Amino acid sequence: MAKANQKVHPLEELIRTERLPHIWCPGCGVGTVFSACLSAIQETGIDHKKFTMISGIGCSGRGAGYVKLDSFHTTHGRAIPFASGIKMANPSLNVIVFSGDGDLFAIGGNHFIHAARRNMDITVICINNFIYGMTGGQVAATTPHMDRSATTPYGNPETPFNLPLMAYASGATYVARWTMIHSRDLTDSFVEAINHRGFSFIEVLSPCPINYGRRNKIKSLNMLKMFADNTIIKNNADPAQLDIDFKKGIVLGKFVDIDKPTPDENYEKICAMRE
Amino acid sequence: MKYWRAPLDTNEIQVIRGKVYIIKDRCKGCGYCIEFCPREVLEFSKEFNVKGYHPPVVKSDGCLNCHYCELLCPEFAIYTKEVEVVEKEEHAG
Repeated sequence: MAKANQKVHPLEELIRTERLPHIWCPGCGVGTVFSACLSAIQETGIDHKKFTMISGIGCSGRGAGYVKLDSFHTTHGRAIPFASGIKMANPSLNVIVFSGDGDLFAIGGNHFIHAARRNMDITVICINNFIYGMTGGQVAATTPHMDRSATTPYGNPETPFNLPLMAYASGATYVARWTMIHSRDLTDSFVEAINHRGFSFIEVLSPCPINYGRRNKIKSLNMLKMFADNTIIKNNADPAQLDIDFKKGIVLGKFVDIDKPTPDENYEKICAMRE
Repeated sequence: MKYWRAPLDTNEIQVIRGKVYIIKDRCKGCGYCIEFCPREVLEFSKEFNVKGYHPPVVKSDGCLNCHYCELLCPEFAIYTKEVEVVEKEEHAG
């Protein structure tokens, strides 16, 4: 298949092309978020050897397998503990956690809270597709109220998490939310988050055409149009007002950007002096 | 684009032009690039790729190299590159 003028995608140097096509379904937003993340890595201009990508289990967890960086595909929900460990062992690395809502907030919820509380210097990218996609579309901690899933055929009776509020309340110092269709803002936000000192959290809304869209009668293209039409960009909005309700409109933007010492700096200041 | 009068610097401004490159066999036919192209330069092709999807084809040369298809494509299957615009001297006068 050697072509005379081989087409080379600009992100080719960061992807393991021999593993393409990836496993994500046609219309899945994870690929777009992944490419935005890689563009951000390129845009920062930092040496690629200074990056590590960690992901947990789930559709988006496959991200670590496709990136041509040092990467870890960890056990379910434990992406953040691995990332914290890597950051503590080698503080010069830029650690990116690329994982899904089920992995980070259902099984790994406690790890998220405590990493945010400590203000670990890592970047957490959470792809929120409103459902457990890989396991067959069970109801997740982020499924909107009254939406159908494999385990809630009459509609989800529960209230979903408000992820930016949770991150803010736990002590994250950079909190943003975008959808996959706002890819330019998303890439800028990733660059900001990578350069940010402290715990940065970005929630990215993404369509799941097979397990969420099919059961809720939304085609992936219509879901993207919904992301474009029913969202409001409002930076510095109150995190308590950020619950996901498509009828009311979803608020996007950068909500929190504060400066706080990281555990490494605190350790240097408080413990290392006594030794 | 129509103006009620031509802007004063029309002749001086160089509009950037782009060329779309499509890696056909990576495409899974989601149609995002076709739907969201601001200049509507793409459409589904009639033919199939290796996996049986209809990849996009370029139908008109309106690409302005905005890279939006490249950013939106989940499959790393499309990208744009700037092309050199030949100076249009005859329009200046």
